Amino acid sequence: MAAAEPRALAPAFEVLPETAAVHWRPRVDDDRLRRLGTLWTLTTLAHVVPFVGAAVGLMALNPLTLPVALACLAHAWVIPELYAQRGANVVRPRARADAGPERRALGLLGDLLDHDARDLHAATGLVLEPGRLGVWLVGEAGALLLHRGRVYCFCITVDVRVKAASRLPSGDRIAHLLLALRADEPGFATVANLNFAGAHWRLRRRISRAMAPALHAAVALQASRSSGPA
Amino acid sequence: MSKLIRMDHTGHSTLAEWTAEDPAAVQVAVTAFREQLDNGYLAMVSTGPGHAEQVRELPLDAPLVILRLPISGG
Repeated sequence: MAAAEPRALAPAFEVLPETAAVHWRPRVDDDRLRRLGTLWTLTTLAHVVPFVGAAVGLMALNPLTLPVALACLAHAWVIPELYAQRGANVVRPRARADAGPERRALGLLGDLLDHDARDLHAATGLVLEPGRLGVWLVGEAGALLLHRGRVYCFCITVDVRVKAASRLPSGDRIAHLLLALRADEPGFATVANLNFAGAHWRLRRRISRAMAPALHAAVALQASRSSGPA
Repeated sequence: MSKLIRMDHTGHSTLAEWTAEDPAAVQVAVTAFREQLDNGYLAMVSTGPGHAEQVRELPLDAPLVILRLPISGG
């Protein structure tokens, strides 16, 4: 499937009003994303290294401790996998509304997308949106951002405290996020909760098979932008 | 013909349609627009591929004004 042509979102002339609800958070920019990504990598290492070290140490001390050493290695493997699963969950499809509203919402969402993005959404349920911070994949209750070799999994949705939010069709939920993203990309990333950041291959194993082509397209687009002329 | 639509449980509802040459239709649209903003909706206008803008007054020349609910971190 062809990836969308690279293009940049509009500069943020207007700040999303929702950022007022998280006024204590620094506004997300390139440097902050990089710092957050590094922090996630260090956190992963902090989980993995002690368990691997313990496994090696136990085996060095006494080979009879093999079962405990294996349990340590299992922990070293499982904990990062659980984090990656938490990241993948942000794009997990939600419950569907009735067919009529879903169809109407998809029509509106389709009007906001170009042909390639529409096709990709129809196949995967995710909307590919090139931005200034990186390449986004927008789902119903979250978004993935491909940025400098990492994927950032943001949990963000229509405010559940608003009564009408729970009954929105999936297309509308995505359109809400897409319009906010297009209006103020750094503000969108600031409002969202970061659930995971790491290598995209860690996420690829955790998202549904149907969504894999969207991640592949986003990775390819991000790579082409990184290697393209400045 | 410009349209004011609200994303809701039906997919979307058309709240008003107007042309700049029809003052009565414009007035209906402006009233509906303000009512929705008072109810907590935010108004968005697409300004090209990958671009959108939040508006606080009804842009009479925009072909489509979309009302959305606030978003928050999940």
